[in-house]
Order: sequence, then C-alpha cells, then structure tokens
Amino acid sequence: MSLTRRDFLKIAAVTGGAVAATTPVVKSVLALGKKPVSLPQYVPTTCEMCFWRCGVIAKIVDGRVVKLDGNPIHPNSRGKLCARGHGGIGLLYDPDRLKTPLINTGARGEAKFKKASWDEALGIVAEKMKKIKENYGAESIALLTHGTISTYFIHLLQAYGSPNFAFPSFALCRGARDAAFEITFGEAVGNPERLDLQNSKVIVLIGSHLGENAHNSQCQEFAEAVGKGATLIVLDPRFSTAAGKAKYWLPIKPATDLAILLAWTNVIINEGLYDKDYVLKYTYGFAEVAQAVKEYTPDWAEKETDIPASLIVETAKILGKNKPHILIHPGRHTAWYSDNVQRQRAVAILIAILGAYGRPGGIYLNPKKKLEPVFLSEKDYPDHKPALNKGKYPFAGEEGVTHEIVRATITEQPYPVKAWFTTGINIMKAMPNQIDTMKAIQKLDLLVAVDMMPYESVILADIVFPECTYLERHDDLFVLKERALGVSIRQPVVEPMYDTKPGWWIAKELGKRLGLSEHFPWNNFEDFLKKKAQAWEIDYSELSKKGYIDFPESAKPYILSGEDYKFKTHSGKIELYSKELKEHGFDPVPKYTKHEQPPEGWFRLIYGRSPVHTFSRTTNNPSLWELMEENVAWINAKIAKSIGLKHGDYIVLVNQDGVKSNKVKAKVTERIRPDCIYLVHGFGSTSKLLHKAYLRGADDQQLITRYAIDPIGGTVGMRVNFVKITKEV
Amino acid sequence: MPKYVMVIDVEKCIGCMACVIACKKENNVPEEHFRTRVVEEVRGEFPHLRMELRSELCNHCENAPCIDACPTRASHRAKDGTVQIDRVKCIGCKACILACPYDARYSHPKGFADKCSFCDHRLKEGKKPACVETCLGKSRIFGDIEEPKSEVAELLKKYDSSVRLEFAGTRPRVFYIKKQFAGGL
Repeated sequence: MSLTRRDFLKIAAVTGGAVAATTPVVKSVLALGKKPVSLPQYVPTTCEMCFWRCGVIAKIVDGRVVKLDGNPIHPNSRGKLCARGHGGIGLLYDPDRLKTPLINTGARGEAKFKKASWDEALGIVAEKMKKIKENYGAESIALLTHGTISTYFIHLLQAYGSPNFAFPSFALCRGARDAAFEITFGEAVGNPERLDLQNSKVIVLIGSHLGENAHNSQCQEFAEAVGKGATLIVLDPRFSTAAGKAKYWLPIKPATDLAILLAWTNVIINEGLYDKDYVLKYTYGFAEVAQAVKEYTPDWAEKETDIPASLIVETAKILGKNKPHILIHPGRHTAWYSDNVQRQRAVAILIAILGAYGRPGGIYLNPKKKLEPVFLSEKDYPDHKPALNKGKYPFAGEEGVTHEIVRATITEQPYPVKAWFTTGINIMKAMPNQIDTMKAIQKLDLLVAVDMMPYESVILADIVFPECTYLERHDDLFVLKERALGVSIRQPVVEPMYDTKPGWWIAKELGKRLGLSEHFPWNNFEDFLKKKAQAWEIDYSELSKKGYIDFPESAKPYILSGEDYKFKTHSGKIELYSKELKEHGFDPVPKYTKHEQPPEGWFRLIYGRSPVHTFSRTTNNPSLWELMEENVAWINAKIAKSIGLKHGDYIVLVNQDGVKSNKVKAKVTERIRPDCIYLVHGFGSTSKLLHKAYLRGADDQQLITRYAIDPIGGTVGMRVNFVKITKEV
Repeated sequence: MPKYVMVIDVEKCIGCMACVIACKKENNVPEEHFRTRVVEEVRGEFPHLRMELRSELCNHCENAPCIDACPTRASHRAKDGTVQIDRVKCIGCKACILACPYDARYSHPKGFADKCSFCDHRLKEGKKPACVETCLGKSRIFGDIEEPKSEVAELLKKYDSSVRLEFAGTRPRVFYIKKQFAGGL
C-alpha cells in the first residue's frame, strides 16, 4: 500500500499500520532547542482570509508570526479560527507575493514586468488618469473592487470625479438575497447573516453547504444546533457535509428550488400551520400569497423537483410544528438563475409566515444602536455624470453590478470607460464569461491592479501596486452587527515585508499626485482611526489592546410578544405581497419559472466552496495548498461506470460553447445526482507567477460562458452552463 | 495524576479541517506531514447515503505498542499518562511507526519519529490542545477523566463510546461518541 501523507488527510477508508516510509537523512538532533528564544508577543487584529472578519490574535516570536488564533472576545471567531484563518501565515510568507510595484513593458497580458519604485509607478498612473480625464471625463475611470481596500479607492475615484464602481459581492454573490430581504422585510439579513442558529429547532439549507463554507461563527452555531438535536433539512443535488448530518436530505433536481419553496408554502397555508397571530400583526398581503400558491401542490412539485410529494408534505409539517424556531438559511451565493430575487423572495415569505423573523431560532434583529459614519474627509466630491453602477435594474444594490461596468466598457454606452482599477479582486475568476471580460480589457487605455498576489487578473494590468497583507497594515474599523453592535480593529502585527504598502497609503499617495491631498487630511491612517474611535466614544487604546469592543446594551434580538414592531418597508409591515415589485412590472408574489435542463449526455455545472480555500485567493497559499492542491470533478458513480471512468482519472470538461477546461481529476462518487457535475470554485489558475496554483485543477468560471441576468436586481445566474466529459487530457 | 483523554463527538464534526492546520502551525509540523487528519467515510448508494467525519490522531494508548517497539525508550509514557517522544533519544529507526496500528506517527525530516503530543506544552500553560481550542464544531473535547466533573468524564458517563480498532487491545484514550440520530453511519 503506497499512499502519500497527503492522501491520509481525507480518505474514504483507512486501514491501520501501513506506512510509506521514506528514508530521510538522520541528522544530529543534539542541537535542537538550544537557541534561546525571546518571549512571544500577542497582538490582536482582524482576519482577511475571507470576508467574515474574525478576531485574530497573532503570536509573534522574534519578529515572525508563528501562530494565529481566534480572539475569544470577538463574536465572529469566539476563540476559534477556520483552516484559512490559521493559514494566514501562508499568505504572509508566500514566496510568490507581489514585492514591488511593477510596470508591464510588453503588450497587455504579456506580463513583461519591470520592477519600479513607488514614485515612478504612481507617477505614471497619475499622468495617465489625467489624460483620460481630459479626453473622456473622470467618469471613464471605473473600479472593480472587493474587501476593505474598497473604502480608499472608491473615495479616491469619487474625489477625482468618477462614481463608477462595482463589487462582485452583489450581482455575483449575495445580491439576490439582499434585494429580496429588503423588499420583504425592509432590510438585508446582514453579513454575517443574523441567524439565531444556536436556538433553532429546524434548520433548512437550500444549497448552502455549511462546513464546506467555513463561516466561522455560523459553523459554530450550526454544529451546536446539530449537537442539540435540531432537525436538519438539506436541499442539495450533492450529498454535502451538511447533508451528511441531515435527517432529510432532499437531492433536488438543480434549478427547481423555487418549486419546493412554493409547495412548502402551499402546505403550510393549507394545513393552517403558519403563525396566524404573527401574520396578522406583522405582514401585508397574506391572502394574495395564499391564492398564488394554490397551484403549487406537492404533487406538482414532485414532478419538477424529483422529490416525492410525501416528503415535501412531511418536511412542511415539521416546519409548521416547530415554528417559529425555524432557520431557513437565506443563502449567500444566490447568483444561480434568472429568477434569483423571486426565489429568495419565496424564502423570505416562508420565513415570515412561520413567524421566524425576529424570533428565537430564526433571524435575530439588528442591534438598536447605530454608529454615525465618519468620512475619510469632509470635503465634497465633484459633480459627475450618472453612475453606471446599477444599470437598468431597479433593485440593484449600492455595491453596484459588475457586468454593467463590463458592458459599458465594451459598448462605450452611455459613455466610454477607458480605465479600470481592480483592487482586491481577481476579476477573471470572479466574473462569468472571461471572453467578454478580455474584450473589455482590450478597450482600456489603463488597467491598474492593487493586490497581494500575482493572480491571473493582476498580471493583465499595465501597472501593479503590491499591497501588504492584513497582518502588516491598518485598515478602516469594522462595525459588526452581531446580536450586539461592536467594533473590530485591524492593525499590523509585523512590519510590511518587501516594498509593499497598505491600501490606504497607495490611494493617498495617488491622490496627492492628482491634486487631491485635501481629500486625505491625515498623515497616518491610525490618526484617522483614533478620530473615528473618539467620535464613537470608544477608547482607542483599549480597542487596540483587545481587538474588539462591543456595546452589550445594544442587543435586542427578538420582537417581544405583542410588540408593535415596525418594519422598515413602505407599509411598516413584512411585505409578502410587494407593491413595489408590482409598480416596476414584476410579479408581486413569486411565480415559478421553469429553467432549461441539460440534454442527454450533458451535465449541469454546479460549483461551491472548500473549507480550506477562499475562492482563487488562497489556492497558492503554501499552508492551504497542502490541504487541497487542486479541485476534483464530482461525477455520479453510475454515470462514471457507464462511460468507463475511474476515480482519479484525469478528464477535461467541455461546455456548450466548446470551451475546454484544464485537466481535472474525476471524483467518482455516490454523493451527487447523475445530472450534474460539481467543482470547487477558484482553481485552475493561469498565472505562471503562482508557482503552486498554476494550472492545478479546473476553473469553473472559465466554463461559465453563459449567464442569465435577473431583471429585478441585475444579479447573475451562473448555474446555466452544461458540460460534457472528455477523457482526452 | 491526571488522566488526559480526548472525546470526539462525531456528529459535531463539520469537516472544516481547522484542527489539521492549527496542529501543524502550533507544533511546527513539516511540509507534507500531519499529526492529525479528518477521515470521511461514506456508505450506501445514491440517494441512500450515510456519512461520518472522524478526526484521527495518536490515541495515547494505555497499552502502547510504540513504547514496546522503541529500542531506546525515546517513546515513553510521560508522568501525565500521555505517550511522548524524546527527540534526543530517538534514533529514527521507525520501529514505532510500524508498530502503531493507527498510523499516527511519521518520520520527521530531521530524523526522529513525531506524532501528536496532546500539545503537552500547552497543557503545562493550562491551555487545551490547539486542535481542541480551534474546533469550530466543538467536536473535539479534552480533559482529565479522573476529574468527575470534567466535560469528558460526564460525556463518557452519559453516552456510549467506542475506540478505534478495539480488538488491537491498545486501550486508546481517544473516544468517539455518537449522541443521537442525525445522519451518520
């Protein structure tokens, strides 16, 4: 039996005793442990290995970070970190990091980089920006951005006269959910979501694979609820880790989730299992919902979803009996089909009729306290042409819609876009249809990337600015809306390595060269943070020492019995029926949309997360790479057998437009339906400068050449691509 | 004297792998080697499936074959009852690696055998092992079974437990519990 140690990490069956013993050189061990080491230092900060913003305590020995642990007083980490959080050390010491500013001396995409000083690189960018502003107006500079760095670069571009920016987190991720909750409850469900999992009696996951997405505090509460015996109902075409814990795994036919949601609503209303007092007191439009779901019977849903009607009824009754302590997970990445917002509306309506919003075990309320915004500067931004950000989508969020920036760049409508800044985002891996993205990039006069690693999108840039990692910089304070309101600080735990700089510094220095110094009225970012803390009546030195401070009296998680609670909607009630949607010409109550299913011989491409990686951002991280070097294509065992495919064989996936993936190993498994193939997102890097991640695994995004746009919020449906398996590698 | 044990509540393991990397960083485990792992076992055919996620590590056996196999007494029982390796005494002969029925040990590139120590250096500071500290699901529970009020003692009193390869007669100190039906095998 010859297995490598890595195979032992996660294998299906284990036999004892077998060891693949290599022959290491035996060195003297007498010298071990003799070197005196200084006492460790511990510095709290906020993690950036994903977007959860956990509190971290860094252990530093002799100027080197040796361990990262969860901050016990921080509500997002509660003394624990996920694998990625621990792997932050891998990012800090990744030899492939961007180390100096870079200027591309070849054609765009050639990545013929010359090292440059900050002064030279900033100077070139400022000159080009001035020219673009002269010729086309400042609005023709757009920003695609993600994470904390967004604050500084949105500010910089607005100060320069451009309102144009978009985050992938709206249209490509949480947007549909947020829009649906705003329409229904008058507010989004938050990030982290305000889920009272620890008190839930029934948990419903609709494609959410908690555990595989290691959202720290949410996973903690999820496991706690499972341990306490909460009934778990999982809708997923794949037997996810969470499905493995479920009493009911409903392996639903992809693209039919809305059918089950509507059928559940039908049963709960027909059987009188909804929360009558709650519905009467807090909701608007129940009769219209009751009327609309009449046609969506369990028998009808069975035909759509492949889930037996009897199970739909049984699970609906469990929801009804355990109300209001029901947690229907509102989802996170909800960019699936053309009806994303309506599907998420159906989730919201179900939550509402079960009386689970503002109730124990459901969705808890926002904290009572608000912290007034403190702006980077008080100076007004100049006037500008209308922003591109929201396109023609009436319910698009403030984060903007990425594909609108791409569209406007290609079509030059309503006005030309000639420069992009990409900050903290690997656009080739985040956005669908890489061909369109490349088309847009070729039209630009200037492409600037600010990041820590040379991702494939970063090396497309004309100028690259290397940001230091989250362990080496200050960032803006984080306001966290857990049960109580709190503030979390990010501060350097070690000095920046190489010639890297914090995002705020890069924006400020560029601003200086554009004549915008007045918009950055602080020398050091810590000065600004201190001012902000003072405005919020927080002791900065205490915050710096503890990492997190909260306002315990701000917590008000539940609607009290009989309370005259006002929702932030137009009617002040939960809008089961939405006049607002109706006014814009959309269905005021969700209706089922039938989506195309893959033809014979084709599979729907579905994708998701690994607990040890954050999209493409960590695939080169040495600490995490070791846990998962490449993704695998999950293929149903019967299908594999029928085409003679063995577990571990390399295959290539080809989509309906003829786009071929990189080679990827087949995971032949019972854990997936026969009509789909699953990939963990973010692999198959095409950047040669990422020595570990380069061409490892397949890139799902490359195969997502088609996407359906949801007309309500402009969110993108990315689960509409079909692939075939080829064995020619 | 304390008698340290680990209880693993398999239902609460969500397979997040935080334990694996926390252990590596805490103990400076070299590349490509691990002191603990998460094993995933699936049974059945689509769509009738069962799955178990199980953390595995050194069992700190009461009847430890590694100690018997060690020619230099590098592998030994420490005063707190845990099984430890004295790196200076270890000659890298790998006898213990072969003797362990749990594949819990590996050969460190610097020439000695290495394995989970229950983070004895942390225990001395009053902390829990790194994997326990960071376990998102609180699936790993650690403590002194001689302390009747300890969480481990109470869990083992309350629930049926099992050990890996009971027939090997090694009397492991890592116990697995399954509290109730919630999927699982």
